[in-house]
Amino acid sequence: MKRLLLIILCFASTAVVAQQKEIVLEGKQLFGDMRARHIGPALMSGRIIDIESHPTDDRVLYIGTAGGGVWKSTTGGASFQPIFDDHIQSIGKVKLDPHDPEKTIWVGTGEIWTRNSVSVGDGLYKTTDGGINWKKVGFEKSERISSIEIDPTDRNKMYVGVLGALWNGSEERGVFASSDGGETWEKVLYIDENTGCGDLIIDPQDPNTLYASMWEFRRTAWSFNSGGTQSGLFKSTDGGKTWDKIHNGFPEGKLGRIAVTVAPSDNQVLYAVLETEDKDKRGLYKSTDAGANWELTNSDFGLVVRPFYFSRIVVDPKKPDVVVKAGLFGSISKDGGNTFKDLGYMHADIHDIAFDINNSDRMYVATDGGLYRSWDGGTTMEIVENLPLSQFYHISVDNETPYNVYGGLQDNGSWYGPSSSPGGVNARDWESVGVGDGFRVLRHPTKKILYSEMQGAERVWRYDMEKLQTREIQPLPKKGDEKYRFNWNASMAVSDHQPDRFYMGSQFLHKSEDMGESWEIISPDLTTNDPSKQNQSESGGLSTDNSGAENHCTIFTIAESPLDENVIWVGTDDGNVQVTQDGGKSWTNTVANIEGLPANTWTYHIEASVHGKGTAYAVFDGHTSGDQNTYVYKTTDFGQSWTSIATDDIYGFARSIQEDYENEDLLFLGTEFGLYITINGGRNWSQFTNNVPPVAIHHLTLHKGTNDLVMGTHGRGVIILDDISPLRQLNQEVLAKSVHFFDVPPGIFKETSPFGGTTMEREFVGESKSSTAKIIYYLKRKHIFGKMTMEIQDENGKVLTELQAGKAKGINVVSWNGRTRQPKMAKAKTFARGGFTSPRVQAGTYKVVMTKGKETYETTVSIENDPNSLITDSERIANHETTQKLFNMSEELAYMVYELDEIMGKAEEVSAAGGAKIADPLIAKLTSLKETLVVTTGDNYVDSAEPELREKMADLFAKVAQSYAAPSSSEMENLSLLEERMEAAKVTFDEIKSKHWSKVEKFLNKKEMESLSLQSYEEFMGS
Amino acid sequence: MKRTLLTFIACLAVTFSVQAQDITVDEVINSYLENTGGIDNWKALKGIKMMAEVNQGGMVIPLEIVSMTDGKQYTSVNFQGNSIMQGVFDGETLWSTNFQTMAAEKADAEMTANMKLDANDFPDSFLDYKEKGYEVELMGEESIDGADTYKVKLVKEPKTIDGKEVADVSFYYFDKEYFVILAQESEVPSGPMAGKIQRITSGDYREVGDLIFPFAITQGIKDGQSQPITITEIVLDPEVDETVFAFPAPTASSEE
Repeated sequence: MKRLLLIILCFASTAVVAQQKEIVLEGKQLFGDMRARHIGPALMSGRIIDIESHPTDDRVLYIGTAGGGVWKSTTGGASFQPIFDDHIQSIGKVKLDPHDPEKTIWVGTGEIWTRNSVSVGDGLYKTTDGGINWKKVGFEKSERISSIEIDPTDRNKMYVGVLGALWNGSEERGVFASSDGGETWEKVLYIDENTGCGDLIIDPQDPNTLYASMWEFRRTAWSFNSGGTQSGLFKSTDGGKTWDKIHNGFPEGKLGRIAVTVAPSDNQVLYAVLETEDKDKRGLYKSTDAGANWELTNSDFGLVVRPFYFSRIVVDPKKPDVVVKAGLFGSISKDGGNTFKDLGYMHADIHDIAFDINNSDRMYVATDGGLYRSWDGGTTMEIVENLPLSQFYHISVDNETPYNVYGGLQDNGSWYGPSSSPGGVNARDWESVGVGDGFRVLRHPTKKILYSEMQGAERVWRYDMEKLQTREIQPLPKKGDEKYRFNWNASMAVSDHQPDRFYMGSQFLHKSEDMGESWEIISPDLTTNDPSKQNQSESGGLSTDNSGAENHCTIFTIAESPLDENVIWVGTDDGNVQVTQDGGKSWTNTVANIEGLPANTWTYHIEASVHGKGTAYAVFDGHTSGDQNTYVYKTTDFGQSWTSIATDDIYGFARSIQEDYENEDLLFLGTEFGLYITINGGRNWSQFTNNVPPVAIHHLTLHKGTNDLVMGTHGRGVIILDDISPLRQLNQEVLAKSVHFFDVPPGIFKETSPFGGTTMEREFVGESKSSTAKIIYYLKRKHIFGKMTMEIQDENGKVLTELQAGKAKGINVVSWNGRTRQPKMAKAKTFARGGFTSPRVQAGTYKVVMTKGKETYETTVSIENDPNSLITDSERIANHETTQKLFNMSEELAYMVYELDEIMGKAEEVSAAGGAKIADPLIAKLTSLKETLVVTTGDNYVDSAEPELREKMADLFAKVAQSYAAPSSSEMENLSLLEERMEAAKVTFDEIKSKHWSKVEKFLNKKEMESLSLQSYEEFMGS
Repeated sequence: MKRTLLTFIACLAVTFSVQAQDITVDEVINSYLENTGGIDNWKALKGIKMMAEVNQGGMVIPLEIVSMTDGKQYTSVNFQGNSIMQGVFDGETLWSTNFQTMAAEKADAEMTANMKLDANDFPDSFLDYKEKGYEVELMGEESIDGADTYKVKLVKEPKTIDGKEVADVSFYYFDKEYFVILAQESEVPSGPMAGKIQRITSGDYREVGDLIFPFAITQGIKDGQSQPITITEIVLDPEVDETVFAFPAPTASSEE
């Protein structure tokens, strides 16, 4: 150990040097083993973009999701695991290399179904080990990759179709080819900076033949255009070198998005779904001569609906006439595309379909609400229940215990559910509180009332959570009012000061003092009211798409100061930051005071601070104008001046900020690519990655009672980082110390029942919050060499239990459930199950002694009783005393049986050495006694023997030790009975020993055999 | 050798920090083997017996883990004085004691075949990895519990999982300063956790004879919960009754 000390000393000297400058730790070095937990929900799942089958193994399936990464199934779609959690979570295409489908997988990032809320990608990724390690291989500015094709005869020949940027022009789009397996790429089909590749298909029989659909499109925050003169369908027969338009049979005029595919079993049969200028010519076109000629076969609603969202067509791998089109409900044809019927009942909005490679009755369907399986060719659908891909737009919490989490989901309504639940957060724990697209759900501060809404505030509900009754309360224009403009994701807020107050934002700020019964407008139009951004009826391009999703020049965020109800902040989607200091009588637009912020950048979130009336944070999102920079600002003077607190540490655009309520320097930032935290007011930011993938965090909030950071992600449901209070305590002084213990809240002995968890095997279950006591400390260096231990001791220094200390550099979290150790049980033929129970300590404060090499560090840890308990202190004492009594009795019995076995062993030696006459009576008596003390026959299941004293004692011990209440009278009577038996056994044992042992002992001495050597009680217990 | 072992490691920290960018996978592996005792000492080892404890929320379970140079191994779990044998392998048969009946039962053929493939991994998969036909690759650098590490991929003989041949791939994280293994990761191949990444961490390295072993281990799912295992004692070249490895018949429970 001396040598170890030498090493430690060696590093101590370097530490002195390090102290001279500011210590900045990043990522895992700072956060150590603080770890977030996911609670789903998964029952409604979320949007899935792409399904990729394995070419030869029908157990293996991959899905690419809108905002939840890539998931792999090796169980035929029964279960999935995420395999892309270190990278951007918005996926366009997943492709297995047909030459090495087990290991080589390509992922094109960036969702391709270009709705308003679509995220962005950042390139093409490759793994060569089945998804464990990934490497980005280019296309950083592609934003969305629609297609990846690999020549089935030559793996070096690859093609990538890049749909490209949605919100701005970009040259990184079109068709790219590689002849060296993806090392280098050449752009082989490019139209212009507004036209990208929607579909790229390789002919499976003739890999030099490729088909590419090109799509002219553009979205703004207030409009969408699909189609133009540049869209078209192209064919190459020379491996992408040259391309020809193949429009023979298509109508004249502009074209929109085109879905195209080749029948895998007949490469002459092609299907294309066209969005056309002539509305009568829209629909499915079929070619039976490899694209030379086309014929319109069907224009049903299911084929032509919303091409930007449903542009995929899939053909059965064996039957060229069986064709399925993505759509609102999904359409299947069995006659070569002439007639269609809807797929079976499932969540609407179908994006992709995959047939099983061997059995076409088995199908997988990707929807806005998860992945569905069919066993009967698409007639009956069942959802995969373990894909927690829910896409929250917003998140909020209440003050219940455990607190509930509220939020609305893309196309999946509004919900609330518990942050913790017995057996984990199950599907059944979630309550539906709104339909349509859900956005914000806010709990009334004092009543069992919540507010929820659907798109564009079409409906706003006040929902009585006890009576389960709803009332619609949205503000409606009155005489003389202009039309109200609500955002698709309409803003709302409640007040800390007036519980019945409820705000909503159109272009005006609406205030209700009676929970939405009546409304007043307390502002002028706070937006830019730019008429050029208010022509939503013309949105959509060739296919009008006036869903309300593009409503613009609206209020998007409302924040009433927690310190002054007259201070209200409002941010608008067209870039204004308005503040009133007199409850709405006068308003000031402060956005001009923000340096470096491009005009009209969407004000995504304003957080009014608890640290000063004039203090607020504003987060701006410019991605809808093609600007993915990070914009985060702080003001302390009501917006007269703003300071940027974004740094280059942050990757991509941000959406939401949350301040700590105690430490003004501690801030949490939800970005499109994960969670960032600063502990120094924004001078440095660090990405938090421990179980938080780089997922879009649309909103986040800090629960005041628990200090839990609750994140509403747009693709991975609700993620919670429990108790951030250790981060609050981090400062330069702490970071310079070798070891620092943080103040942490006490653990709780939760008395809730252990029942729960009715979930079936393949259903997702969210992780509940642990209520155990925590010892949380900072280590300056990772501990690698030598012993490092942690003991929990009582006030007298008696060791109650030993825990394995965390050894990471940064923050370590060690949990203790308040239990000590199980009793040492008498040895028997089988187990006494009750004997596996460890007693709890009583609520209180205990000493923690951590030893690291020669250094010893001490702190305390506290556990409290359940505040909801109905049990009195005296009952707890009775429980504790009875538990301890039974614990001691069990150990006494263990020692008695040990002694008995040892004596029996000696007696058997004597018997075998010619002393049977004196030893056998002793053996017989001991055997007879032992049979009353412990089980000596049978097994641990249905061949179990009748329980004896040990087993009965253990059963009673476990019953009492696992309870919190005083033992019942029945239990106490049972205890008396066992005590009597124990006493009787002792007497019998003593009698046997006094009557028989001396003769045996004499025999041993006489024969110079080894005498009986018993461990002491203490030695035995320690052995 | 023993006197200088840890001092030597401390010196390496300085030497290698300068050359880190140019390091090869063989240098990482050789440094690891040298720093933990030296290739000759590892090769001379005939067996290891580890006494360990698992504390599952107050239930302390003592373990005895034995592995021998010919691949024979067992783990003995002590429940209420009874030793329950788990993962016992005699080179041909893999068996465990059934907790309900207390009788020995053989593992299925697939699991046994996979176990045979690992028989040449004592005492360390990296020892003579080339002769075993294993492939290694330096994947890059990564932070493990705040320590900078080299990430090394190890590919062993393919295994058969649920009737399908799959690659046996694991990833080891070697501390950049001391070259000891801080963590090991692999994909859970089968069962309800299939597809998740299993992570084993190693710490509290201490000298045992001429070698260095971790005495604190955690086993769990990456980014999930883990179970600590504390090694209390390690015996090198232990005397082990060979019969303990053999599949017992007809009854199974062996007693202390």
